[in-house]
Amino acid sequence: MRDVAIVAFAQTRHTSRDTGLTEPELIRPVIDEVKERTGLRRFGFTCSGSCDYLAGAPFSFVSALDALAAWPPISESHVEMDAAWALYEAWVRLQHGDIDTALVYGFGKSSLGDLRTIMTLQLDPYYLAPLGLDQLSYAALQAAAVGAERKELDEIVRRSRADGRGNPYALDLPDPDGAEGHAVRPLKKTDVPPITDGAAAIVLAAGDLAGRLIANPAYITGIAHRMEPHYLGMRNLALSASAADAARAAGVGKGPVEVAELHAQFPHEEIILRRALGLGEETAINPSGGPLAANPVMATGLIRIGEAARRVLDGTARRAVAHAAGGPCLQHNLVTVVEAP
Amino acid sequence: MNRCAVIGVGQTHYTTKRRDVSMAGLVREAALRALEDAGLTFKDVDAMVIGKAPDLFEGVMMPEAYLADALGAAGKPMMRVHTAGSVGGTTALVGASLIQAGVHERVLVVAYEKQSESNATWALSTHLPFSASLVVGAGGYFAPHIREYMRRSGAPGHIGTLVAVKDRLNALKNPYAHLRIPGIDQKTVESTPMLWEPIRYLETCPSSDGACAMILAAESAVTGTPAWVHGTAMRSEPIFRAGRDTVSPQAGKDCAADVYRQAGITDPRRQIDVAEVYVPFSWYEPMWLENLGFAAEGEGWKLTESGATALDGDIPWNASGGVLSSNPIGASGLIRFAEAALQVRGMAGEHQVDGARTALGHAYGGGAQFFAMWIVGRERP
Repeated sequence: MRDVAIVAFAQTRHTSRDTGLTEPELIRPVIDEVKERTGLRRFGFTCSGSCDYLAGAPFSFVSALDALAAWPPISESHVEMDAAWALYEAWVRLQHGDIDTALVYGFGKSSLGDLRTIMTLQLDPYYLAPLGLDQLSYAALQAAAVGAERKELDEIVRRSRADGRGNPYALDLPDPDGAEGHAVRPLKKTDVPPITDGAAAIVLAAGDLAGRLIANPAYITGIAHRMEPHYLGMRNLALSASAADAARAAGVGKGPVEVAELHAQFPHEEIILRRALGLGEETAINPSGGPLAANPVMATGLIRIGEAARRVLDGTARRAVAHAAGGPCLQHNLVTVVEAP
Repeated sequence: MNRCAVIGVGQTHYTTKRRDVSMAGLVREAALRALEDAGLTFKDVDAMVIGKAPDLFEGVMMPEAYLADALGAAGKPMMRVHTAGSVGGTTALVGASLIQAGVHERVLVVAYEKQSESNATWALSTHLPFSASLVVGAGGYFAPHIREYMRRSGAPGHIGTLVAVKDRLNALKNPYAHLRIPGIDQKTVESTPMLWEPIRYLETCPSSDGACAMILAAESAVTGTPAWVHGTAMRSEPIFRAGRDTVSPQAGKDCAADVYRQAGITDPRRQIDVAEVYVPFSWYEPMWLENLGFAAEGEGWKLTESGATALDGDIPWNASGGVLSSNPIGASGLIRFAEAALQVRGMAGEHQVDGARTALGHAYGGGAQFFAMWIVGRERP
């Protein structure tokens, strides 16, 4: 495989409410930022991830092209998935060898609708959606299956929020005081990721170009994803076979992992993913605060890759792992390994 | 870059309402037919790529999660593509990209729409806050572009009806086609109501339920009769850019130039034997003839009028009956790509173009701003 590296990452200062910015207005500054950092004005390939249902209208990605100023016309594609998969598509495209750069971005405004109910529409429309199972209910099913100690879950939330307060891009959420009520048992209200608006962008560069653009490119040394059955009853919800498979295929275990950014929207998901990816005590989990501190749906997974890469880009880590998820209860998992040259 | 070939094609019979199958049943039917064509099973496929037009059409958000089981995707990578009307074409290109990159040996690509689950025209007529809704449905958006084409080219008003008749006559030779109107002629088309001036009822595409699937393979994993991919390209341009030409978009011209360069095509009219081009409204045939370089600017309608694009013409367009005869929106682009492959494999049946060796598959979407194309050939590139 051809060497491909992350050479720039930018994200919005995520907000917990609609600030009146349209999606193109959210995207434009982060695109400008990664262009400025790399000095690149045009890219061999562009790919994005977003979801029409968040905008409540078809083709929500169309207006994003206006933010790119895609003129002359560009080679471009879009996934209706978290933008982490847009990055995967771009990484695949760079393997062809005829182009050397790619721009990837993702965006979402969860503030516009009722996210918990909207996520219900992702379920099998004939047998599951009519049950009215919302996002918190099926996450609670998984939390119950994991059966983790409340103390461990609370500590994950406390750590995530504290790290988030130290991250200028994440939300400022207070330490849980332990007296919060339940959202859906056994999930406490503080176990629920915040509604967040935001966007993020990443630039990939292949071959020698990466090293010419910046000092410490974050080379993607492994990237793989796996799907699992949709029906919750067909899976062991306490585990994530697909995340474990993807981690093996990406080669997570081939070296020490200093930092892991996990797309764990709920604290019990972090426990599942640590096990699936084989991460031990030596690995710092979600030093950015993770999705529990900022969860701009459709960009959250891409931000994990960006945050992992950032540690390599700024020289604080030599090897980091990022994870992105899609579907109910971690149905679909993508694992990326980034390393210093 | 690794070579890529189409080794299996599967389609459902396109129709207004498939009440007998769920969405999962629909995509599985197409996938199983493609696997059967390739002599393979789900076990033999490394990854799945699924495409469809807006999720609002069926009311299932990001339905790939739900459709994973029906497509045998558990334990495998799966991608979901959405690039508006061009999505079927893009889905094929994303699948081909996985092979060309050397990531996988065999990929299943599938695209579908089950329009009977909702009302696509109204799903297309919602607008973001603070933007006035000026049109109803896709026809309302494209009709002014067609009128501008007529003004610029001086094309006579009956050209649209010629395409509407020609594509429906072709559809009579395609067992999967949705609209079958025996004896259709210009009079039939002209007698139907005007929907969006100058688009009459029979000059527009139907709303269809259907799915189409292909098995793509690396050279070492080819089974059966391959259609080799000679070139792939996608291009997009902004919808609101002032001064962009919506009649003959630059993205379409650039995309064609890119795919022709890869396939060594300098004269598409002579070198391409058959083209499956996304023509959802009859007038888009002459418009795309020009945009794709088959005719000089302002001359596309003359090619249509001369009969050159008919099944027995020198450059048949939409031998399958095209989008005008079958339109499961998200799949319509993939059907173009698949029909192009069937032609060069010599497996198009009654609508086979004799001796077809090189074929173009084309899809467009959004406000005529997203383009996806490929050239497939009988010979290994």
